[in-house]
Amino acid sequence: MPDSAAPSGPAPAPSGAQRRRSPLGHSGEEIFGAVVDPRVLRRFVAFLAPYRWIIVASVVAVLAFTLTQIAVPLIIRYVIDTALPAGAAAGSREAERLLGFAVGGFFAVVAVNFISNYCQQVWVATTAERVLLDLRRAMYSHLQRVSLSFMDRTQVGQLMSRLQGDVGSLQEFLESSIFAVGDLVLLAGIIVVLLALDLELGLLTLSVVPILVLVRAIWLPAAKRAFIRARETSSIVNSALAENINGVRTVQEMTREDFNFAAFREKAAENYRAHVKATRLAQVMVPTVDTLTGAAMAIVIVVGGNRVLDGSIAIGIVVAFLFYVQRFFDPIRSLTMQYSVMQQAMASGQRIFEVLDVPVDVRDKPGAPDLARLAPAIDSTVEFRNVTFGYVPGLPILKNVSFRVDPGETVALVGPTGSGKTSTMALLHRFYDVWEGQVLIGGVDVRDVTQDSLGRRIAMVLQEPFLFTGSVYENIRYCAQGAGREQVERAARAVGAHDFIARLPRGYDTVLGQRGVNLSIGQRQLLSFARAIVADAGILVLDEATASVDSFTERAIQSALEKTLAGRTGLIIAHRLATVRNADRIIVLQDGRIVEQGTHEALLARGGLYHRLHAMNVASFDDVPAEVSAVAADQRT
Amino acid sequence: MNSPPAPSPAATASAAGPAARSAIHGTDTLVPSLDGDYQRGVSALWRVLRMALRYRVRFPAAVLAVIAAGVFQLLIPRFLGQAIDQAAGLLSGAQAAGGTAVAAAQAALVTSALLVLGIAVMRGLFTLAHNYLAESIGQSFGYELRLAFFEKLQRLSFSYHDRIHSGDLITRGMLDIEGVRRFIETGIMRLFQLAVLVGLGAWLYMGQDPVLGLLCLSFVPFAVWRGTVFRLRVRALWREFQERMSVLTRIMEENLAGIRVVRAFSAQQHELDKFDEWQRRTLEPAVESVRVRYLNTSMMTCAYFVAMALVLWYGGLRVIHGDITVGELTQFLVFMTVLQMPVRQVGLVINGFARASVSGARMFEILDIEPAIRDRPGAASLAIGNAELTFDNVSFSYAGFPGERAVEGISFTVRAGQTLGIVGPPGSGKSTIAHLIPRFYDVTGGRVAIDGQDIRDVTLDSLRAQVGVVQQDTFLFKTEVRENVAYGDPTAEDDRVVDAADTAQLHDYVAGLPEGYDTLVGERGVSLSGGQRQRLSIARSVLLTPRIVVFDDSTAAIDAGTELRIRDALKELNRTRATIIISHRLSSLMHADEILFLEAGRIVERGSHAALLAQGGRYRRLFDLQMGAARENALA
Repeated sequence: MPDSAAPSGPAPAPSGAQRRRSPLGHSGEEIFGAVVDPRVLRRFVAFLAPYRWIIVASVVAVLAFTLTQIAVPLIIRYVIDTALPAGAAAGSREAERLLGFAVGGFFAVVAVNFISNYCQQVWVATTAERVLLDLRRAMYSHLQRVSLSFMDRTQVGQLMSRLQGDVGSLQEFLESSIFAVGDLVLLAGIIVVLLALDLELGLLTLSVVPILVLVRAIWLPAAKRAFIRARETSSIVNSALAENINGVRTVQEMTREDFNFAAFREKAAENYRAHVKATRLAQVMVPTVDTLTGAAMAIVIVVGGNRVLDGSIAIGIVVAFLFYVQRFFDPIRSLTMQYSVMQQAMASGQRIFEVLDVPVDVRDKPGAPDLARLAPAIDSTVEFRNVTFGYVPGLPILKNVSFRVDPGETVALVGPTGSGKTSTMALLHRFYDVWEGQVLIGGVDVRDVTQDSLGRRIAMVLQEPFLFTGSVYENIRYCAQGAGREQVERAARAVGAHDFIARLPRGYDTVLGQRGVNLSIGQRQLLSFARAIVADAGILVLDEATASVDSFTERAIQSALEKTLAGRTGLIIAHRLATVRNADRIIVLQDGRIVEQGTHEALLARGGLYHRLHAMNVASFDDVPAEVSAVAADQRT
Repeated sequence: MNSPPAPSPAATASAAGPAARSAIHGTDTLVPSLDGDYQRGVSALWRVLRMALRYRVRFPAAVLAVIAAGVFQLLIPRFLGQAIDQAAGLLSGAQAAGGTAVAAAQAALVTSALLVLGIAVMRGLFTLAHNYLAESIGQSFGYELRLAFFEKLQRLSFSYHDRIHSGDLITRGMLDIEGVRRFIETGIMRLFQLAVLVGLGAWLYMGQDPVLGLLCLSFVPFAVWRGTVFRLRVRALWREFQERMSVLTRIMEENLAGIRVVRAFSAQQHELDKFDEWQRRTLEPAVESVRVRYLNTSMMTCAYFVAMALVLWYGGLRVIHGDITVGELTQFLVFMTVLQMPVRQVGLVINGFARASVSGARMFEILDIEPAIRDRPGAASLAIGNAELTFDNVSFSYAGFPGERAVEGISFTVRAGQTLGIVGPPGSGKSTIAHLIPRFYDVTGGRVAIDGQDIRDVTLDSLRAQVGVVQQDTFLFKTEVRENVAYGDPTAEDDRVVDAADTAQLHDYVAGLPEGYDTLVGERGVSLSGGQRQRLSIARSVLLTPRIVVFDDSTAAIDAGTELRIRDALKELNRTRATIIISHRLSSLMHADEILFLEAGRIVERGSHAALLAQGGRYRRLFDLQMGAARENALA
């Protein structure tokens, strides 16, 4: 993006590097740093409030489901210890009756299991899905209102990763925390049941648990490092691949293929090594858990068997123990996993709330009226009255600027980079509020009316013609939903875009590629003109394109400009000489002050900054060498 | 020089059907031409499998480990059941028999316990082995595919990259390689595991008691059926979700990137409506797939427990009637717990196969392309002498637009020390000419020669080493300024980099940066203005000192004064090389020895600046238009 594309902080900007620094924290994967942050948790809970009843219901379902899981070995135990031995005592009839009773109970448990299982999972997952949507919408609608300077300093990719990745990890966290409740209950339930069935055998069997916890505690940090490393190398490989794909033409031009291949191979090999190492570490846990399970089973067999031998417990208890031992390690495993999910969620939560906390500076006054009610569209006089404004306190960009543009008049703003041209436009649209003075439209202070009505009064043609994915028709109409086909076509004709649109494969219905790649810059600029005409506003603001347009397109744009401005209040931020000459009046800005104004001829005759710029025959005012403006500044003092 | 256009082969080819056309146009064509996705998927799967088999040690070892782990897994219920019988069976007999029998029973229990422990350890070790081996094969596989993919992309010609969206290639390089890689682990190995557990389990346990064995396995067909149905349904939903999500992503991205347009038109509400609409649409398939998925898992769990209840009931009856022991019943019940996990993963296996076939097909589609532009067999190096570049009645059409000639009947010669200027309206074919010289595209008619050698007869590397094209759009790599300038020659010493930057009038700017030549540029670093980028691009080409250099509108964003300084700095270099300048700005090329005025791909005027002015044609009109400003200046 050219330097002047945005009111990018204090001018002259100290250096690109500083200017570009993102206002959001660096969104690296700082998983280690993140611990449970109560503030994040509290705010997250606020997003859950609308769903509290379904969450309560989910927890109930999770508990019911967990209880059915605990119940199954108990039923088996009942069959073995009560139903089957009844055969010897009371005859096989009675045994069969008891067995039938037990199996009936089993079926009842299965029914509860089925219903609770389905409900818990569906409720939890859909709630998590909805919370994700709410979070994303909150961020998105907030971004529609935060100050433009924030948006300028923030990369789209960074915001997108918060709108997608981070909400995703909070969703996952919500889902897994409800299931974690189930895991905890399962674990506690198993422990209670084991101890209740037989205290001694229970304690002995549970003795393997601390070992597992200890092993995992030692293992986890190392494994996590390996996992993170593996993920990092993957993203290094992928971004190298992506860069090479995007820059493939340059690569081939410079015949860098072999060199790049060697460099890529090294990255891919590193990725390979990191993944294999991570696998090795992950797999170490498998025989560990298996060994501990085996040990627990061995304890049950030896100790339990002996207790059966001396008649102190029944055989069914041993069988139940064997079943529980097999289930035992699952909740421990998922609970330790839950810990890293939570850490990730905390980091994501911080990033999300960081976005939501970006202040909204410009708001409608309570009960602010429509601009149209106070000033009719024909009276679209623009007036700046002693305006002082800046982005950083103490560093004003505009200093006591006053000027007036009447309906039907076109005024060009000229000046070197950082002189305050773009800021002037931003104030007119009330993207920011002035520090001192007033911006008036038709005699009404822009702060006294709704931003919406203000927006309808002003149409802007931006420096970078931005097109949305969609048809040519949709792009020209944009948000003027009322505009019909005819109106769109009339606008296109007025700016001289109709001919090339008609030649497109499907005319106005041709779908533009990514950002309009299938059109030339000049053509995109013409569409953006047409869009401003359809908006049919009393004031037209034009931020002229810096990317130098060829002489052929320039002619088309010039005539489009004249037609668009007819009868409107026109303000042009001029970057190129050609445009300026056609303006009714030229205002020359420097260091936030108006240094000269008048017609082209008058200013040339005056021999000031404008004359110097003109004499240089610079292609655009943005590339003005520093010495010229310095000399001009000297002259003024 | 202007010979009458010879009957071009392309003209006859355009009538001969797409196959002939693509052969003549030399577009990158797919080698295998299979019908239908299904067939392509199956053949891709076979190819992946064959590639997996090339790991002659690791692959069979992994399969053996899977089988061994399965066998040990199946032995555990056996010995647990045996231990129960030892405890229960001896309960009645041992007490009567007295001390020695109790001691014997205790010894038997210890033996069983040790066996169970040993088997559990073995199962763990073999599971580790097969997981590790499978993953390591998968990773080797991914590594190889990744390199092959990368190398292929670098060699594919411009015409291919013109047609395919870069995002598509990136997706293939990330997700599809992943899909193929995971096939070994989630597809093949799990299939073996399942086969061993169900097959061997059925044989073992049904041999022992056919009815009970059957009951144990009764939930398996149900699970397989549900797993399959479910995968198909969820895949469709997933695709639906992905499509809607990508629309939503695009809406958000465009909103954020075009936030100034949104604000300028006060279109926030319009944008929020769009957003809400598509959020809602993504929710539908997401919720639906949640329902389908969990209905399915609940049903599978339910079927499993029903089977277990039946085993308990029927087995209980058998115990009551004394046909089997409690230990045997336990054995069957534990066997069921062994089956539970793997059978649930049937869906995963099916998914692994499906994904590998789709991803494999997409991968191979790229890997099998033969680059249209490549060295002819036995191509020699370009022998450079006077650097005389000749276009001999050249015509060219872009692939996909066979009827439209981008350029036609272009002939000119330019040699070391000379400059050729090219001017013309947008779309007149100027850049096309630039791209034909380093063979980014091959001509479709006529020929391009350097010092008498047709450029299609020499090696690409030797050709491109002698031809430099400075583009209008400069691609910056995310690295330091130094590396970006030295992109074509990574080994260049610092002073050469500085010299090149100095020639391109970039040095002063770079020297003023906080970290000089070590400053990062691109996404995370300093952003350069259009003019600075173009100067960087010029510096890149200066460093390489090619003998033929083309400036493709590469000074458009540089102001006239700086351009003049660059031109002065290049003067020395230009004596030994042929220069082509493409520009809209006549002041950039009016000093050229010859100027071509292009329109719609044809040369409509040609000659020196003076001759063209005298001619009073299009060039003259353009000159008047551009000089208007300058003249006015002079008057003032």
